[in-house]
Amino acid sequence: MENVQIKFILNGEAVEVSAPPSLTLLKLLREKLGLTGSKPGCERGECGACTVLLDGDPVNSCLVLAPQVEGREVITIEGISDGEKLDPIQEAFISESAVQCGYCTPGMIISAKALLNRNPSPSRDEIKRAISGNLCRCTGYTKIIKAIEVCSASGAAVEE
Amino acid sequence: MNQNPEIIGTSPKRVDVREKVTGAARYGSDLKMEGMLYAKVKHAEYPHAKILSVKTGRAKKLKGVAAVATAADVPGNPAFGAIIIDNQPIAGDKVRYLGDAVAVVAAETEAIAEKAVSLIKVKYKELPGLFDPRDALKPDAPLIHEDGNLIVHHKTRRGDIEAGFAAADRVIERSYSVQRVDHAYIEPEVVVAYFEPDGTLVVKGSHQSIFNIRSAVSGVMGLPLSKVRIVQASLGGSFGGKDDVMSVLSCRAGILAQQTGRPVMLSNSREDSLIESYKRHPYFMDYKVGVKNDGTITAMEIKMVADGGAYASMTQFVTWRSVVHATGPYRVPHVKTDVYGVYTNNTYTGAFRGFGSPQITFAYESLMDEIAEELGMEPLEFRRINILHDNDITATGQILDHTVSVGQALDVTTSASGWEEKRARFPKENSGRIMKRGIGLACSYRGVALGAEGVDATGATVRIHSDGSVDVATGLVEMGQGLKTIFSQIVAAELGIPIDKIQYRPTDTSLIVDGGPTVASRSTIMGGSAVKKAAIGVRERLFQAVSEKLDVAPEDLIAADEKIMLKNDPSRSVAFLEAIALALETGLNLSCFGWHLSPPIWWDEEAGKGDAYFTYVYACQIAEVEVDPETGKVNVVEVWAAHDVGKAINPDTVRGQIYGGVATAIGYGLLEDVEMVDGVTKTMNMDEYLIPTAMDVGKINAIILENYDKYGPYGAKSIAEPTAELCAPAIANAVYHATGKRIRDLPLNLERIVLGHKLIKKKRRVR
Repeated sequence: MENVQIKFILNGEAVEVSAPPSLTLLKLLREKLGLTGSKPGCERGECGACTVLLDGDPVNSCLVLAPQVEGREVITIEGISDGEKLDPIQEAFISESAVQCGYCTPGMIISAKALLNRNPSPSRDEIKRAISGNLCRCTGYTKIIKAIEVCSASGAAVEE
Repeated sequence: MNQNPEIIGTSPKRVDVREKVTGAARYGSDLKMEGMLYAKVKHAEYPHAKILSVKTGRAKKLKGVAAVATAADVPGNPAFGAIIIDNQPIAGDKVRYLGDAVAVVAAETEAIAEKAVSLIKVKYKELPGLFDPRDALKPDAPLIHEDGNLIVHHKTRRGDIEAGFAAADRVIERSYSVQRVDHAYIEPEVVVAYFEPDGTLVVKGSHQSIFNIRSAVSGVMGLPLSKVRIVQASLGGSFGGKDDVMSVLSCRAGILAQQTGRPVMLSNSREDSLIESYKRHPYFMDYKVGVKNDGTITAMEIKMVADGGAYASMTQFVTWRSVVHATGPYRVPHVKTDVYGVYTNNTYTGAFRGFGSPQITFAYESLMDEIAEELGMEPLEFRRINILHDNDITATGQILDHTVSVGQALDVTTSASGWEEKRARFPKENSGRIMKRGIGLACSYRGVALGAEGVDATGATVRIHSDGSVDVATGLVEMGQGLKTIFSQIVAAELGIPIDKIQYRPTDTSLIVDGGPTVASRSTIMGGSAVKKAAIGVRERLFQAVSEKLDVAPEDLIAADEKIMLKNDPSRSVAFLEAIALALETGLNLSCFGWHLSPPIWWDEEAGKGDAYFTYVYACQIAEVEVDPETGKVNVVEVWAAHDVGKAINPDTVRGQIYGGVATAIGYGLLEDVEMVDGVTKTMNMDEYLIPTAMDVGKINAIILENYDKYGPYGAKSIAEPTAELCAPAIANAVYHATGKRIRDLPLNLERIVLGHKLIKKKRRVR
């Protein structure tokens, strides 16, 4: 199959790439654009390790075909901070020890970011629902949920 | 002496956290090399068959294919194995399960490699398959390996079993079974193999126990150990799961790298991982228990059969842990336990967090509740009568000469959970409501580290550099548990410097001697002790230099606050940096190796007794559940988990282990099952193999108990595995409390709760 040209905004910058139309966004990011922060885990939309923001919504990048991002905006884990100063959700994952092996972490942080963007003060149930598409085998989710609570607008009032 | 104690028992931020939250951490699949090829595996098409021919001609001719390797291309030994040499990275004479490889391909892209795999044609003579370990033990069963289907038979003997039953008022018999489960680390297995110009084979990837893997690769590649470098990338979860399977991947990629002279990446898809990688052993467990009417246990006779699958892997050691602990944390004067590990044509089974304990804990803790009910007692009351105390003797005849805290764990969890009140209240409330509430408990004891499985020793190197930075290297690996941070804390404590001065060196077999595997919850107690010795060793050299300068005795010095100071007069001090300069000026070596050997233990396999482990940990978990009897859905509302860790060097990581272990056990109890029918895996990805999501894990209360242990660094023992062995039986007991349904087979999924049995899947599906 012939390659197609794809233009989109990636982490705030315009990019143009040539890729086979059957290539997934996950492989486009990892193999063509060198952004390996988004992780392959199941490659069928079950584990959430490859979650990125597409026009602000969290999506499994393994289920998005590269041409589908034409003219749209993609933000990956590499794009939520400038590399020096971290995003508050990244800081919260550090301060709350919400990271163990770290493999689910990029996708988890993106899902948390998407939640907090649309709902700055989520309830615990809303947090659980928002990250229910991101599997984690290390943490029992406990400290991840706490980190998101700490980072939320109502974070000051989090119960232990 | 502990120099800078304040950092021990605190939770500084993880030393490896920043790269993990920014996506910069490099895992195996992130490794790219110039000219790298991609490998794919031609898997077996029958679970048990003789290989008659493998035709690779068409695959080799495909444009973009660099190499196709079969068993004939294996340069060294055809097989490897930690205990029995039976696992063939590329099968030669026959295939024994559907995860076996018949050939491997390296090509310019994954797509070409996949296409090439489809062009390989294999002729087989199908052999009768064995899919139930009890069938495999029958005298006329076909042989999976030449030496017979029995991998191992372990026993424990104590007292006189007949006299024990004769002394009982009642004898209760029950049978339990547990299923095959997958580690379900979120990162599937991956390696990149290449040769250095000097002929050294380097295999980087998602490795757990790097020295085990090195040994396998060395044998199969026919290379000396010194010419094999196993390097760990950031590891995306392992839980015991990335050992033998990583040896297999490393050998396959190594052979292709040798044939092509180019780097080769072999990365498993989730489907490959579910078919190929080893699982936790399914067990069939029969218990016969003698009890007096006053609740005293007099005897236990136990028989278990474990499904080892196609290869032995860790079956001998997994089942040994089971035979040691099968009676649970109870006083049982007369014991007869037999555990059989057996080959089948199912996916092979091996190490998985718990290592032979989640199976038996489900059985004996369900059983304790069942016996209590038979006697008309409350589960807590019955356990209190029988639990182990200080200086009691275990089933294997070992005197427990440390603080035996199972009673303390029972006390704190029952108190924190409101146990007595809920046990009384829930049954009254349940009659009037749709969702039934229940609360159940389970407790355990667990031998720390390898025990009498073998020699248990490990090493560490601490180096102080001229600019005051320090690094530490060990052969044990970070897999998310926090080992790098804890070892860095120990160095910081002993040298009296901030943790951010310490760099953890790469995990690479060429950097340090073999320190054994990162398993058995042994890293803190064994590795931590080695790190402490290395740090103390290098500190002594600083003290030597400073003692001359200050004209004091070295033993009067301490290291704290980035200074070496006089213990009794901190105003007389030398800055850490100056001490380094003094030491270097006098030619002292500021690198020190520490080696730690475990205290002596023994096991008499023939007699079935011994001092199996040098110390033990104790725990209790309580689960409160809500059951919908119409749908069979069980919600875990809240869990209380108390674990004695000796000393929590880093309490945050201890809690992290508890939360994660409980969640894994919730999956074991309610959801997870690698379903196999006639050797065919039915659960092929995370849509069919279900692990708990954030919505399936209730509130977890982690309770840390600290009873100093003389064998651990700062009194620390271990965590990790016991966290995963308790919640499944606690849930089963809670479900019984809620519904009156006693389910003796895991998992407690919807059909078992509603129908009382498992739904059988269709016999065969063509792959």
